[in-house]
Amino acid sequence: MDDNVILQMENISKSFPGVKALSDVNLTVRKGTIHALMGENGAGKSTLMKILDGMYTPDRGQILFHGQTIAVDSTRTALKLGISMIHQELSPIPYMSVAENIFLGREPLGQFGLIDKHKMDADTTALLNRLEIDINPTTLMKNLSVANTQMVEIAKAIAYDSSLIIMDEPTSAITEREVAHLFSMIRSLKAKDVSIIYITHKMDEVFQIADDITVLRDGKHIATVSASETNRDHLITMMVGRELTDMFPKEYAPIGEIVLSVRNLTRRGIVEDISFDLRRGEILGIAGLMGAGRTAVIEGIFGMHKLDAGEIIIKDKHVQINSPADAIQHGLALLTEDRKLKGILGVLPVRDNMIIASLRNYEKRGFLEGRRIEETLAQEKKRLDIKTPSMDQLIKLLSGGNQQKVLISRWLLTSPDILILNEPTRGIDVGAKAEIHKLMSKLAQDGKAIIMISSELPEILGMSDRILVMHEGKVGGIFERKTATQKSIMEAATGQNSVQVKEPV
Amino acid sequence: MASTITIKTLGKNLNREWFRTFIRKYAIVIIFFAMFVGMSLLSDAFLHPRNLVNVIRQISVVGMIAIGVTMVIITTGIDLSSGSVLALAAVFAASLAQQPGWHDAKYPGLMLPVIVPIVVALVIGLLCGAINGGLIARFKIPPFIATLGMMTVARGFALLYSDRPVSGLSDSYNFIGQGEILKVFPVPNQPPLGLPIPIIILAVVAVSAHVMLNHTRFGRHIYATGGNEQAALISGLNVGRIKIGVYAIAGLLSGLAGLVLSSRVGSGQPGLGVGYELDAIASAVIGGTSLSGGVGTIWGTIIGALIIGVLNNGLDLLNVSAYWQTIIKGSIIVAAVIVDERKNR
Repeated sequence: MDDNVILQMENISKSFPGVKALSDVNLTVRKGTIHALMGENGAGKSTLMKILDGMYTPDRGQILFHGQTIAVDSTRTALKLGISMIHQELSPIPYMSVAENIFLGREPLGQFGLIDKHKMDADTTALLNRLEIDINPTTLMKNLSVANTQMVEIAKAIAYDSSLIIMDEPTSAITEREVAHLFSMIRSLKAKDVSIIYITHKMDEVFQIADDITVLRDGKHIATVSASETNRDHLITMMVGRELTDMFPKEYAPIGEIVLSVRNLTRRGIVEDISFDLRRGEILGIAGLMGAGRTAVIEGIFGMHKLDAGEIIIKDKHVQINSPADAIQHGLALLTEDRKLKGILGVLPVRDNMIIASLRNYEKRGFLEGRRIEETLAQEKKRLDIKTPSMDQLIKLLSGGNQQKVLISRWLLTSPDILILNEPTRGIDVGAKAEIHKLMSKLAQDGKAIIMISSELPEILGMSDRILVMHEGKVGGIFERKTATQKSIMEAATGQNSVQVKEPV
Repeated sequence: MASTITIKTLGKNLNREWFRTFIRKYAIVIIFFAMFVGMSLLSDAFLHPRNLVNVIRQISVVGMIAIGVTMVIITTGIDLSSGSVLALAAVFAASLAQQPGWHDAKYPGLMLPVIVPIVVALVIGLLCGAINGGLIARFKIPPFIATLGMMTVARGFALLYSDRPVSGLSDSYNFIGQGEILKVFPVPNQPPLGLPIPIIILAVVAVSAHVMLNHTRFGRHIYATGGNEQAALISGLNVGRIKIGVYAIAGLLSGLAGLVLSSRVGSGQPGLGVGYELDAIASAVIGGTSLSGGVGTIWGTIIGALIIGVLNNGLDLLNVSAYWQTIIKGSIIVAAVIVDERKNR
């Protein structure tokens, strides 16, 4: 093996129930270089890095580190080997000091085995000074800004004397000046022969800092190129380069009158000035990168968060939505992105999961009509082809696709006019995915209006009549189905160009 | 040849699977019967009908509380105030049920129909529970803290109202806890056995609670709230109102328990029911109610209460010291939760 290579991941494969996250991925990182890892949401970047960090075990493949085969079974092992990861979602311990966070798990001990706080603080000060980070080591983490929290995480990784540091979108929450500081830190690390794997969506950053670039797509390795030998267009083409198959085309549905208008929806610091219309029979796709505010928009409409400003007009009437119960009353339904956290009632049977939002329709003199409920459930099971041994089965024991179908039927039973589907096919297998797409077409034909958030561009392009692209909390562009391409959407989502935002009429 | 083997192993596997499911589902019932059989072998007196009726009568008060607590725990909550609310309801109700000529009457000369103390006990319980629920749902105070506060406050009010037992209660009031109906069950060499009123009350409460939990919208909403509060909220459930309702019911049942207990012991004492909340929680947990919410049944809780009752009674009959009894009881509670944890894996 080449002496210049620090890391070699070979033929890494990883499946989750119902999805193949990675298949035969290779990644080679040279010593003392910055290696950018790029790809769409769901391309497999995070999964690959979590394998390297010991959070997941690969199904197949091997990892060579400094030429040695290694088995990383936990983050602890990874750290011992000299691999540390800075996650996109930071997880500091809020009520502990900066120093305590940095030395967590390997606190310097003094007399009687007690923690030597003095030494810990002094070491932290030295470390922070060296990195030119101006933070007091005794400050509590909860009092730091996001940017400073990020800096502490980086300091922590450096304190481990890691020879390989993984940074997962480290600039997603910090200002430009802080980015500059971060980059100078990264360069000085590089000068000390530390290698960095840098996950990002931001093109300009890649060309500022990366030596090599690896592109992943659909869990496969597409290419590894030298940054000096490629350009932005080429990279975007590689990232989205799939041929758009007719895997999930929306079938024709007559588009009717406007049923929902959103005007100037704003949640300060999260989304700003979002306006759009939705018509009967229409599927409006919402695209954008993670953190662009897509979920915040629809959760705002659905009454889950207080809005700072904005109007919601349903069927020509201004409505006030203060809770999901209000939203449902106005004919809205929301299939949430996080099935486990906000969707399923895991310990309850399929029966409750399906009927819970529409129980009031099955009540007679204060009691539930058991037989009518069972009839409805049986119909729904057949209609959506839900595979469950019985209605008594706990929903958590079903596959992701079947859980999703149960949740969709939960909402259909409330007879909504407007369906909001957040990542309706994430984490479910291809078969169930096609079925859900077919169902969406059918619902549109029945006159429902649908909003679909998706991180998969082919899904967005295949299913949507119009596409709203979000970029950093704002509308980055609205495209008609005819004019939209993967490239134009990706560009609007990364803020590469200023697309003419069409004002809704 | 090969296919026969396959079918045989398949049958075996199915059987084993079925057996496992059966054991999991009815583990607690099996344990109960094992204890029951064990006790009857160890003690001659245990199986005597009078003793068995006694066991149920003894658990009836804790049983009522445990039914309310079960609902609370299903929503991922806890209620530590039951014992104190019981005492508060007991002293107020008793003071309105004293014989008019009693030497130490709280309100000398006052004679009210028995319905008045009954309603007062229930209303006091309901109010205390509703306050618990309000603190938890509206002010987002953790259930442990809110009901811990109520536990102390209610006990304080009970003592403030009457620092000594309120005795000399009317016969009609005493009938609630001491009376029997249908004295027709023959017992050799003794007067016939009847059905004690507390057992009837417990049965009515248990059946109503079971029906409510399984056959009303509110009942299913309780499970949904505990199963995943976020998802329940997004599904349009008024989670706050559901919680207030559940704590109010738990309070109501504590008030009912106060009524029954004061009537059974013939006086309303401010020190009644100390530690009952823990027995009630134990009954629910032994009966399979999960502290992480969404899971629990009334019949499980009743079996849980029976297990504690049989244990207390059997150990008494066997002359095991009270100190050992608490140790054994504690160990069984922990063991039940360990079994429950493994079941969920």
